[in-house]
Order: sequence, then C-alpha cells, then structure tokens
Amino acid sequence: MTTITSIAPAEGTAGAGSTSVRTSRHRGLLRWLFVVPALAYMALFFGYPLVRNIVMSFQHYTPKTYFTGEAPFNGLDNWRAVFANELFTDALWHTALFTVGSLLGQFTIGLALAVFFSRRFRLSGVIRAVLLLPWLVPMVVSAVVWRRILDQEHGMLNTALHAVGLVPADGVPWLSSPGVALFSAILVNIWIGIPFNMVILYGGLQEIPRDLYEAAALDGSGAWRTFRSITLPMLRPVITVVLVLGFMSTVKILDLILALTSGGPADSTQTLGTVTYQLSFLQLDFGQGAVVGNVLILISAVFAVLYLRANRADFGKGK
Amino acid sequence: MPSRAGRIPVPLVAATLAVSTLSLGLTGCAAEPDPGTVTVLNSATDTAEHTANQRFFDRCGKPLGLEVEQISVPADQVASKALRMASSDSLTDILELDGSELPQFAQTEGLRPLAEAGVDTTGFSASATSLGSYDGTQYGIARSVNSLALIYNTELLKDAGIAPPTTWEELRAAAKELTAGDTYGMAFSASPNADGVYQFLPFFWSAGGDEARIDNGKGEAALQLWKDLVADGSASKSVVNWNQQDVNDQFVAGRAAMMINGPWQVPVLSAQKNVDWAVASIPVPVAGKAAVPPIGGTVMAVPRNDDDPAREKNAGKLLNCLNTEKNQLQWGESVNNVPTRAAAAQAYAQQNPKLAAFAELVTTARSRTAKVGTGWPVVGDALAGAFQSVLTGRTSPEQALHRAQQQAAAGK
Repeated sequence: MTTITSIAPAEGTAGAGSTSVRTSRHRGLLRWLFVVPALAYMALFFGYPLVRNIVMSFQHYTPKTYFTGEAPFNGLDNWRAVFANELFTDALWHTALFTVGSLLGQFTIGLALAVFFSRRFRLSGVIRAVLLLPWLVPMVVSAVVWRRILDQEHGMLNTALHAVGLVPADGVPWLSSPGVALFSAILVNIWIGIPFNMVILYGGLQEIPRDLYEAAALDGSGAWRTFRSITLPMLRPVITVVLVLGFMSTVKILDLILALTSGGPADSTQTLGTVTYQLSFLQLDFGQGAVVGNVLILISAVFAVLYLRANRADFGKGK
Repeated sequence: MPSRAGRIPVPLVAATLAVSTLSLGLTGCAAEPDPGTVTVLNSATDTAEHTANQRFFDRCGKPLGLEVEQISVPADQVASKALRMASSDSLTDILELDGSELPQFAQTEGLRPLAEAGVDTTGFSASATSLGSYDGTQYGIARSVNSLALIYNTELLKDAGIAPPTTWEELRAAAKELTAGDTYGMAFSASPNADGVYQFLPFFWSAGGDEARIDNGKGEAALQLWKDLVADGSASKSVVNWNQQDVNDQFVAGRAAMMINGPWQVPVLSAQKNVDWAVASIPVPVAGKAAVPPIGGTVMAVPRNDDDPAREKNAGKLLNCLNTEKNQLQWGESVNNVPTRAAAAQAYAQQNPKLAAFAELVTTARSRTAKVGTGWPVVGDALAGAFQSVLTGRTSPEQALHRAQQQAAAGK
C-alpha cells in the first residue's frame, strides 16, 4: 500500500526543427545516449527479474535448485497445478472483492475529505495532519492494533457498537467468521488508504482555478452541479493516478492480511499475494509461486497500460 | 514458527516476490572466509538471545582456537536467506534451521551427514534424533527441544476444586466449569498457520491421527474435541485467529483458566504477577495413554563445503562441544527448553521441577517431518484448513479430513 510504483518517465519533448540531416542524426544519437542509462537500469532491475519470473514458472524450481543450479523445465505443470488448486480460484475472487471494495471506500472517503478540507477553516491543518497518521504507521503495526480493535469479545469496536445498541452483546465476529473476515480486512485497508487518496486529491483540488468556481456561482449553479461539472472533470487526471496507483498496491497486498488473519479463517481472506507467499516461501515451490506472481504482474500490467493510455490522451489534449 | 515464541510473521514485502529471483545473480560476493572463523546463520535477532548464544559459542570456540560469528535474521526468513546464500556459494559453516524445515534442506544434498562431519550423536533422545533426521540420516542436531503442555491457573483451579484434567472428558468438563464471566475455561491457538497446526497435533496424534493418511478415521475425534470446546462456550470463537502469543496474553490477562502453550512463554509467565501458573501434561483421549505432542526446536546442520573440508570439521568440533551434557543443560536452562541428551534432560527435570512436565513430554513427542519429510508444509496446510473449516462450522470433521487428505495428496 505504501509503496508507490514509479511511472516510466514521459517521452522527451518533440524535436525542434532540423537544420541539416547530419545534425539531426547526431541529435537523434545523442538523445538515445541520454536514454541508455535509464533503459539499462530498467532492463536490469525490472526486465531481468520479470523475465526470470516468467521462465521460473515453467521450471521445477525447489530448494535444490539453489544448491545445484538445476531447474528442469516442466512445461505447463506448474500452471496446471495452480489453476487446478481451488485455493487459487478462491483467492482470485477474494483479491477482486478486496481490491474493488478497498478502492471504492478509500476513494470516496478520500475525495469527500479532500473536498471538505479544501475550504479553509480553523484547525484544518491540524485535523489533516491527524488524518495522515495511518499513512505513517507501518502496515504490520496497524494490523496488530486493528486485530485488537476487532477482537470479538474485548475489541473496542464491538464494545462501542454494543454501547450504542447497534450489535448484540456477543458482538460481530469481525475476524473469526469466514463470512465477515474479508469485509473487515477491506475496512482496515480502507482506513490505511484514505490518507493517500486524500492528499493526492487535495493537491489536485488546489490546482483548479478559483475563477471557475466564481463563474459557476455567477451562473447560479448549486454545490452538486459545480462538483459534477467543474471539480470532477478538472480532477480527472488526478483521479486516474490515484485509482491506478491504489489498484496496483492493493491487488498485491500481503503484509496486512498475513498480520491480520493469516489468510483465515477457513481461507476466507486468502488473496493472490498470500497464495504466492505460501507457495514460494512456506512450501518452497518457487515454480508454482512464480505462476501466481505472473498472474499478479499480468493484472497489474493491464491496468498500467490503461493508465498510460489515459494519460497520453490527456497530454494529447494539451492538459 | 511454533517452536519459537509466537511472533507476528513479518512478511517479505510482496514486491520481493517478483524480485527474489534477481538475488540469484546478484548477491554473494562474500569476502574470502577467515580459516579461523566459524560462521553461523540463525534466528537470534533478539539481543539477549544473541548474546547468550555468543557466550556459548565463544566458550566452545576459544579452546579450539576458533572465532564464531553469528548472522541472525528473523525466524521466518532463515530458510530463504539460507537459500540465497547457497545460490551464491556463501552459506555459513553452521546453519540453524527450524526442525520442520530440515528435510527441505537435507533433500537438496547440500547438507553434510553429521556422522561424516565428525559430530557425535550418541545418547540423544529418540525424538531429538528424529527431529534432525531425513531419510534415516541425521543432518541436524538439536541442543534443546520444546513441546506443548497444558498450562493452568493454579488459583482458579483450586477455587473450583478441580484437578488438572488428564483426559479429554475431564478437560471438557473442567473447561466448562471454569468458564465464568470474562474467563474462558480453555484457550488454544487454531490460527491457520504454523502456530495453530503445532497446537492441533497433540490432539490429532494422541487420537491416533496419521499425517501420512489424514483420513484414517481417527483424527476426527480431535477436531470434534476442539469443536465441542468452542460450541460449549468453554473456549472463545476467536481461537481461529489467535496465535500462541495471543493465547498467552489471554491467559496472563486472566481470561483463560487453562491454555495449551510451550516453554518459550515461561519468561513472560514468570515476569508477571497476576496469575499463578503450573504445567501439566496434555490431556489424552483415554486415561492411561501417553500424550503424543509434537517436538519443536531448532537444529544445527553443517552445509557441504567441498572446497574447504577443514571448515566442515571445525563446525563439527564446535557442535560436539555445544552438545556436551553440561553445555546442553546450561543452554536449556537459559532458553527454557529441554536438553536433548537423555541424561541432561533428567538433570534438567530435577533442577526445574516446574517445567518437569515438558521434560517428560519430549520423550514421547513426535517429529512433524519424520513420516512425510519434505511434504510437511503441504500436510500442515491441509490440517490447518481442516480445523479452520470445522471450527467455523463450514464442514463436519469427517468431510474436513477427507478434503485435507486430498489436498495433501495433490500437493505432493
């Protein structure tokens, strides 16, 4: 969640008019020379592991491999085994629910808070600072604290809800019932993700020229109309960034779930992330782990491409 | 890892999943090892533990003219760290693994059989020997081992006029009677990870359950017992989410009259003043039968070093010294674990009467990997799935174990 994937640098600005063919070729060469270090870096630190991970998913890759260096190819065996595993199918579903639920919650609440704080008022700075806290706390620490809060018998949440008469005395089994645990994990992740959404969206809101709002007010548009016709469209590029980055960090979530529920109860919170972890680092079947890893990478890649396309469209329109 | 304090798993960041392969090519470049130094990879990241370890290492190393250097990483990262080191030919001279991880490493043929490294393994208890063995060969030696026992609140049991239960029937009745107000009669860990599996085993095995044939029809009783304890209200429904540390917290807070736990909780238990406690053997299905708890602990192995056999010999000498009766006894006392030499274990029980139950239990304790070897992680996972789905009311014990057997067979 806290890791923010770096985005490939935008392409260089279009070349200036050419004086002669030779200088322009020189220039072209020079331009490439500047790109080479970045390309080399990408190839080494992103390309190589990616290719290795793909190759690995077709290999029988076990602890023995680390000692002997031998990893015999086994065709589609790993892929077949993973796809036949019920846990994988369940995890796909859970990941989808977890991601969509988290994004929806984080985004709507983040946006609401951003809009709220974009009006200047007393203590706004202080409250904003407090709201940033979830971002500063390490994921595992938040998870441990939330485990206590969500405890069925002695947790603060049930105690509070019971006090206002919302739940019966035995409370909601937040983390101990398979039907509720995924929902609880989503709630915690929403809490963790709100600051990120709020900060980025708040920044985006500051960029919108004030006079647009003045014009809207003069035209007699109400709050909702102003929000729909000015705020939302002007925020669009920022919204794409927030959603795509949020998506990519949510879809691979691992530490939060491991610390909160370990994938339980009864596998109800297993996601692609926890399944990869389990296959690779507990069962030490790195080949099968790589398969799930590749599926995750593929899903992320699809969204990264969508994001880049959306962004290019924006650049094209001169935004 | 169940055999060590139930720490929160601090997971590897998801991103490293993809990048982990990179390490194959890039790590390594270890400096030329000093011939007079023996390196050890272990999980003693805790300062007190690290220092205590170093004291024993130095005590043994000095007379041999050897320096000992520890590389300590968190317990759940020892295996992956060791694998990375192996791939770059920079593995330490001694590798200290959790007993349940040993088969995976022995299978790689990257470990030297202890007999070949000149390590004397005679006079060890059978359970300790099996903890360090794979396919009939001993690759790892445990200085001390642990297991699980029933730890109870002496005051609560005394007030209720209840003796520590010895059979399942007594356990169920006692737990019910001791449940009152905020206090449950019984607490155990049924989390879907190593902690929960470790705690399930004494019940599963004592009932006649077999990890190689999970659906042999005997393990159901253990699932039924756990289910009954929760259904009776004698144990919290939250057990499916409690690790061993949580169970101990509940006990110390007075919210559980009895718990299943291991000797690694003793420092915490001794340091608190709220609850008086004592240790009893784990209840068995029928009176008179011996309990079959799992044996846990770390084993020290010697990685093969064909380029420099002298290093293997040095490691072997160090291991021999660490495992003398005297050193084992002192080490066992410093970490509250039971020494593995039968004679040292006896002395330990006499000198630590409070923990004598553990010393007795480890003699009948069973290694998790003795039967299924490298298949253990898959089998353990299948068992966790079984008790989780029974405790959450998803399946019956029969169905759960039937499914677990299928999973275990498919995963091999």
